[in-house]
Amino acid sequence: MNFKREIPALLAAVFLMSIAYAAQANQDQGFEIAARSDRTDLGFGDSEVELQMVLRNAAGQESMRALRIATLEKPDESVGDKSLVVFDTPRDIEGTALLSHAKILDPDDQWLYLPALKRVKRISSSNKSGPFVGSEFAFEDFTAIELNKFDYTYVGEVPCGDLICDVLERTPRYENSGYTRQVSWVDQTHFQIRKVEFYDRRGDLLKVLELTDYRNYDGIWRAHKLSMSNVQTNKQTDLIYGDYTFNAGLAANDFVKGRLSRLR
Amino acid sequence: MNRFLLVSLLAALSISPARGGEVDISGSVEMQARAFWHDPQWVGQDDQALQGTVISTTEIRWYNEGGNQRAAFIPYLRWDATDEERNLTDLKEAYWAIEGDDYELLVGANTVFWGVTESVHLVDIINQTDFAGDIDGEDKLGQPMVSLMLQRDWGEITAFVMPHFRERTFTGVDGRFRAPLPVDTDNPVFQSSGEEDHVDFALRYSHYIGDIDIGLNLFSGTSREPRFIPAADGQSLLPAYDQIDQFGVDVQYTKDAWLWKLEAIVRDGVTHSFAAAVGGFEYTFYQVSESSADVGLLLEYQYDGRNEFEPVTIADNDVFVGTRLAFNDVQDTAVLAGLSYDTDTSETFVNIEAERRFGDDWFVELQVRAFSGAGQSDATIWLQKDDYAQLSLARYF
Repeated sequence: MNFKREIPALLAAVFLMSIAYAAQANQDQGFEIAARSDRTDLGFGDSEVELQMVLRNAAGQESMRALRIATLEKPDESVGDKSLVVFDTPRDIEGTALLSHAKILDPDDQWLYLPALKRVKRISSSNKSGPFVGSEFAFEDFTAIELNKFDYTYVGEVPCGDLICDVLERTPRYENSGYTRQVSWVDQTHFQIRKVEFYDRRGDLLKVLELTDYRNYDGIWRAHKLSMSNVQTNKQTDLIYGDYTFNAGLAANDFVKGRLSRLR
Repeated sequence: MNRFLLVSLLAALSISPARGGEVDISGSVEMQARAFWHDPQWVGQDDQALQGTVISTTEIRWYNEGGNQRAAFIPYLRWDATDEERNLTDLKEAYWAIEGDDYELLVGANTVFWGVTESVHLVDIINQTDFAGDIDGEDKLGQPMVSLMLQRDWGEITAFVMPHFRERTFTGVDGRFRAPLPVDTDNPVFQSSGEEDHVDFALRYSHYIGDIDIGLNLFSGTSREPRFIPAADGQSLLPAYDQIDQFGVDVQYTKDAWLWKLEAIVRDGVTHSFAAAVGGFEYTFYQVSESSADVGLLLEYQYDGRNEFEPVTIADNDVFVGTRLAFNDVQDTAVLAGLSYDTDTSETFVNIEAERRFGDDWFVELQVRAFSGAGQSDATIWLQKDDYAQLSLARYF
């Protein structure tokens, strides 16, 4: 055996293995932090909340939408939550509703209710990256953020406000995402997501989401203000939440497609 | 006052949780202007190129404290400056409903839509069409009913008992969209001796399995589509409503950006049993050219096996091609353009609809409809001079 030739190769192999090991360790750590954050939510059962969507264009002009969201938890992490979004304003779309049965990697099942025709329409959910009702939130930002929809890498820790945040990079595992990657800040005290950066298909920073006004409902945290700023267009959408109601007694039959035409 | 305070205040003012022992009142006033660019074809039709209409809709909705009961009362008033037959007073909805975990009982007038396709709504049969309101058949009249819905793991079943029949609206002597003779809606002819009080029944099963949504429908009662019989004095046409039995099925397969759609019916009609079907697809290109806009392409084929003694239909052997443009902007700007072409007779119908919101409360829609190429046996033969553009402006409150 020619040690002169083999030793550098061996060293190189060890070096590469340690990088791989470190990368794996970073992925494990990233997933653990994301999972810990996700699991602070476990057992919320169901929730109902009313919110205002404030859309602001680059010139600062605002328009508003009022909506209600009902969510039914599916505790199993391999199954997505069910959600129902109903619009109260603008008045011309009052009663418009979107029902989603989230999946982890498969496309979600989605139905749209159009009150003018009283028509329930199954819609394609492959439009992940499209804007949700003209806002800076894409469909994929708005439907349930499920733990296993992403791969994670731990990046490091930085101060965030009064807290210290772990910084994670997450890459979508599902198809048709508009993002190559997202960078999320998760605080080390309450394990809540404080900020997310979204990078577009070219790898450029597209949007920044800030989650503030966290409130605790018997151990369940909810942000009450979500501000999504598009750094490329200077448009912004704020979601301003009212108080959450948990365990409102919602059941699977409240999230069936036929229910859409019986909401009002 | 800083902006956040202002936003919060506005939020507090405009979130009115219309749930739990509350009454929610909303509505709209709509002004329509129609422009016709051909002179009218038939004696008696008003020759004004510009015709105006005002529509008022009020929605009063009530929900009980427990959230298991609700009621709706939706009066609809239409006044037309040209054609008094287009005037309409209707209750789109006037019902009370109670629901449990797996059932709903509804009593009163309601509107129910069935189906999946875009170019023609074959299986949709519960509500009568307000043809005077809009020739596209999508304006409906409230249908009095008692309906009971049962939700099971294997799907949803709804039974309908409809004790009173609504007659189709038609434009009058002064109006467009009619045959050489106007329809005399005061003297309908019924096959059933019960006339408009014949009790109609319907049953609907609806479910989905993975990517497939399916509906099965049964209807037994008075046909929503009339035939026309010349009146004894030869001055008008009498609408004739026959008893029919109809089985319908609607299926949609949703895969990626594709929606594959099929509706089919078998009807035991006036003189024979026949089948009709419409099927096709809608494919959407999302965020075209890196914009926010979506462009959908629609293609549907319509077949109808009815003979000449059954109520006439435009959708008998037609190809429909269309496009749907959704700008996904704050104003919800959208355009739907379509063309139906009869492969036997070259009968063509063009329909363009564009809409957007202005501010928070105003909504504007532009429609253009044009007819051409109809042969003697075609449904639109009498409408060849009725091409029009309509601008409507609605204020919501």
